[in-house]
Amino acid sequence: MPDSLVDRHVGFVHALRAAGVPVSVAEGLDAAHALRVIELADRESLRAAYAATLVKKPAYRPGFDVLFDLWFPAATTGMYAERPDKTINPEKASVEDLREHLASLLTGGADQEMREFAQAMVERFGRQPAGPGRQGWFSYSIMRALSPETLMARILRNVLAGQDRGGLAEKTVRQQVNAGVRRFEEAVATDVRRRIAEDSGIERIARSTVRPPLDQIDFLRITKADLARLRREVYPLARRLAARLTIKHRKGRRGRLDFRRTMRASLQSGGVPLTTHFRPPRPHKPELVILCDTSDSVSSFAHFTLLLTYALREQFTKVRAFGFVDTVDEITRFFVPGADVVEAMTRLANEADMVRFGRTNYGHSLERFAERYGDAIGPKTSLLILGDARSNYQPPALDVLKDLVSRSRHAYWLNPEPRRQWDTGDSVAGDYGTVVPMHECRNVAQLTAFIETLA
Amino acid sequence: MFDSPADVTERLAAVDYLSDDAISTSVFLAAALGKPLLVEGPAGVGKTQLAKAVALATGAQLVRLQCYEGLDEARALYEWNYKKQLLRIQATSADDDIFSEEFLLERPLLKAIRSANPTVLLIDETDKADVEVEGLLLELLSDFQVTIPELGTIAATRRPYVVLTSNATRELSEALKRRCLYLHLEYPTPERERDIVLSQVPTIRADLAEQLARTVATLRALELKKAPSVAETVDWANTLLALGREELDEATVAGTLGVVLKHASDQLRAVKELGLPDA
Repeated sequence: MPDSLVDRHVGFVHALRAAGVPVSVAEGLDAAHALRVIELADRESLRAAYAATLVKKPAYRPGFDVLFDLWFPAATTGMYAERPDKTINPEKASVEDLREHLASLLTGGADQEMREFAQAMVERFGRQPAGPGRQGWFSYSIMRALSPETLMARILRNVLAGQDRGGLAEKTVRQQVNAGVRRFEEAVATDVRRRIAEDSGIERIARSTVRPPLDQIDFLRITKADLARLRREVYPLARRLAARLTIKHRKGRRGRLDFRRTMRASLQSGGVPLTTHFRPPRPHKPELVILCDTSDSVSSFAHFTLLLTYALREQFTKVRAFGFVDTVDEITRFFVPGADVVEAMTRLANEADMVRFGRTNYGHSLERFAERYGDAIGPKTSLLILGDARSNYQPPALDVLKDLVSRSRHAYWLNPEPRRQWDTGDSVAGDYGTVVPMHECRNVAQLTAFIETLA
Repeated sequence: MFDSPADVTERLAAVDYLSDDAISTSVFLAAALGKPLLVEGPAGVGKTQLAKAVALATGAQLVRLQCYEGLDEARALYEWNYKKQLLRIQATSADDDIFSEEFLLERPLLKAIRSANPTVLLIDETDKADVEVEGLLLELLSDFQVTIPELGTIAATRRPYVVLTSNATRELSEALKRRCLYLHLEYPTPERERDIVLSQVPTIRADLAEQLARTVATLRALELKKAPSVAETVDWANTLLALGREELDEATVAGTLGVVLKHASDQLRAVKELGLPDA
């Protein structure tokens, strides 16, 4: 490899590590080997080669793509030339014509065309003054000029021509156009980043634009879009948690000897029981009781806990879930296996009786729980408490919790707050922590780690 | 095995597997660098199919190890033929060596290693196997050899092309991932899916295939418990042909929803979200 390519490669690998993608030395070498056998001029092939050797988890992929576009940009400024075969001249055409062209791209333009158009639009609308005497590149000015979202009505009118509105056909077109708009926004953002990088250096922009990978996103600061993606991450984890709690009791017990089968098998070897057969071990099905804080202060986290509860509900044979704010209500009924998760959440918010005064009161909730549902906890139960242990300076009812824990088989507490904030202000995390082992759990990576420790 | 990613695309297409840039490059690199290829992604995007297509395209034999919970060495690697050993002991003097080749029962992994012909080894649904099996695979995947205590180390006579698949229900170990190239397969874009339908169901009209692919993409965008797989899209195309439908209108979708959605709650959701008539 020529020197400059080596530098690029090394710089890229370092940037990936800085952005939280773990790339081992061996993997870096694999990538370098890969560069020698593929066609370097083919950019998508280069991207695929790097992805195959360095990115081993889908959560890291978005960050990887951003960095790849910076380190190996599709074009450099100044190369964009007027092409005679184009249907439209992006530099001179009126905004109305440009919007018309964009509309046609949104319903089935090739990726390449879309990218070129985005680059031309950044060139034309993207440069904006940024503070006195300075210029910068911005996505929003392009979006303002073309406002792709407002094209929907026009596209629907054209494509659906005469068909019924509101039905399947419209849904399909909407889906297609929305995907197109996202692709256009992404292409514009990529090109804007590239231009900024040309002006001020790759490293600087790289540090500020790469979002943390999904499994490190904080539950307390989660956005709606992340939540949808999180849903997909949480399901397999729930399955694993269920498996972990089950397997614990299966190890070291092979089940009882199946005498008849062993004897019958021994006939083949002249009555010598060469192979022993055992009855399949009966896996111990754990029961799970989940107590989750659903108050506003942890509302994003509550959303996640409900998600987890929902996923767990489908994995365990017997799960009872209880939500609390300052009083407690059983919410198991909202999580019927096979029911719709979104609907369950909505019904839960409207119907469950968890709020009395609207401020979290752990002590009161625990007391009410012990009183009303105390019999839910028995020697086969695992108890999982999800909450931030912030009790608004109310008595924590430690004895009640102690009693509940002593009656259960295992108990765990997942706390979404960073460990250093525990025991500050009204947090009684430390006190509860002496009764129930408390784990910091603010992102998927930590949840995964917690599940690992159960083994 | 392959000359270039483009060559991969072409030869896979010849056996009716439509790949894209990422797939072709990964498949090519796995062959060129001699590394196993780990393919992850949701169920039904064509992971297993990819391994089969590679075997078919290169004229290699396919050896398949289906993983499941409780899979052990005896099922994956080798086993001693106890009965034969016992008979031998009874028939001859006891000092005869009963741990030699002729008493060895090959299981998929050993078979793939010892085969002199080009081989594609498919380790299917690796995530279903217990963690111990991953340990067993590590030696195989990094050095292409296995160790049998009584016989010694058996190295591959000819390196098999290894494809591992996983639905990512469990995170595979770092050590395993480090040894593999990684390919994350997602559902195909509507354009590619249309082409897949056209190649699998050649008699279907192009515009109907397009409509199918778009509708399936819309279904996948809903929050479903189980999104329709590519195979199910193809089934759907076949169903429409069998019913003689020319158009994918709302009544047709509602009537044949069961081909693509296999949960009652998913069907309810689709009917509600897409405004379909009650089937």
